[in-house]
Amino acid sequence: MLLHRVIPCLDVAGGRVVKGTRFVDLTDEGDPPTLAARYAAAGADEIVYLDITAAPEGRGTLLAIVTRTARRVFVPLTVGGGVRSPLEMRAVLRAGADKVAVNTAAVRDPGLVRRCARRFGRQCVVVAIDARRRGQGTGADPSAPGSWEVVVHGGREPTGLDVVDWVRRVAELGAGELLVTSIDRDGTRAGYDLELLRAIRVVTDLPLVASGGAGSPADMVAAIRDGGADAALAASIFHRDIHSIGAVKVALAAAGLPVRLDARDAA
Amino acid sequence: MSRVAVVDHGAGNLVSIARALESLGGQVVLARRPADLEGAQGLVVPGVGASAPAMRRLARASLDRALADAIGAGLPYLGICLGLQLLFDGSDEDGAGGLGLLRGRVRRLDGAPRLPHMGWNAVERTREHALFAGIDRDAPFYFVHSFAGEPTDPGVVLATTEHGRRFASAVAAGNVLGVQFHPERSGRDGLALLANFLGLLAGGRARPAAVAGAA
Repeated sequence: MLLHRVIPCLDVAGGRVVKGTRFVDLTDEGDPPTLAARYAAAGADEIVYLDITAAPEGRGTLLAIVTRTARRVFVPLTVGGGVRSPLEMRAVLRAGADKVAVNTAAVRDPGLVRRCARRFGRQCVVVAIDARRRGQGTGADPSAPGSWEVVVHGGREPTGLDVVDWVRRVAELGAGELLVTSIDRDGTRAGYDLELLRAIRVVTDLPLVASGGAGSPADMVAAIRDGGADAALAASIFHRDIHSIGAVKVALAAAGLPVRLDARDAA
Repeated sequence: MSRVAVVDHGAGNLVSIARALESLGGQVVLARRPADLEGAQGLVVPGVGASAPAMRRLARASLDRALADAIGAGLPYLGICLGLQLLFDGSDEDGAGGLGLLRGRVRRLDGAPRLPHMGWNAVERTREHALFAGIDRDAPFYFVHSFAGEPTDPGVVLATTEHGRRFASAVAAGNVLGVQFHPERSGRDGLALLANFLGLLAGGRARPAAVAGAA
């Protein structure tokens, strides 16, 4: 049986992890490969890097970091940010990433998803979607059917695209996985937008990674059990050592959700 | 030190597999043409994605023949993911022919709850083999694929995994070994499996995987 995944996400800018961390015993707190190695040792099922600068002049820096990570971290690595062509995707894969996430570039040029899937196989192509709830903000009326708009550029720019329509479209184009972030919940630690996850789950069989809003292991249980996500991604609760990956795994297992538990980690 | 040729057919992440083998004491040569296979004590063919482009690139570099010859000469071969699928007669994915070194076809995992099959899943062994020495009987490994090889001869199956249907997740036929999962992305157990492969090579003595650790 396929196990549920717990995925720490590192926001990277200029070759450094941004957003604070409290790993005080590291020699270099902001070094992505150092943090990724630490998460892998703690039981992370995968690592995600999102390059939030994604400026063309920063590509070399990002690729060097991906390579340094692949040399010492032996769990899968997804890298997102700034990939606009199969050639750029190839460079990230050759540097040592297993999957590449596309977001804004796919909205601008949906054919990018198809071209990348044809060239590298759909399992390499993660479509990242930033979703903003339409209407009166978050959870105004929990019983009302929700709808969400795709936003780009870190949530700053609306696109007019409906999230569920966009999911159907990228599934046809060749997406291999969906990484869905609720922009409303991102950074709030108020829990994932479960209604958003469910709305996506019913229209696709693609692997679905929940993102945005994780505040506790219970939130990650809910994303998987109630939202239908296959994997739960979080940033700040891990970086600030509020909750450990092991604690999330234990909570998932206690809820009857199969996870990869390492006896040596649990001991 | 075991010299391992890691075949580069242009797809996927070679850094991880090369570095994983090096961390276990292997000496890695990236093979892009037949001459690169000379002196190798073992072959590793990694890769993800579709068969047809990979077979085209192998053929263009004359590596398809060279690999078949090396396998025929008894060199241990470890195919990972696409590197396993290429061993079969052909693939339903794009109609591509394979190397034909294992009888059977590569078929889609129809009926799977999620496709691609992406993530950690139990690899349940059906018989003992040195490749899995020291690894728990149903330890999870990392998978990323939508198609899997169906060997005609059930005797080659080493382990199976359930996803939609039960498929062969590890095979062994003499010196030809293959795993559908990614040991280079499967933490400690994955490194242990690669160390076991190095241990099978002539003169090979791998460093214990525990020394290299999962991170």
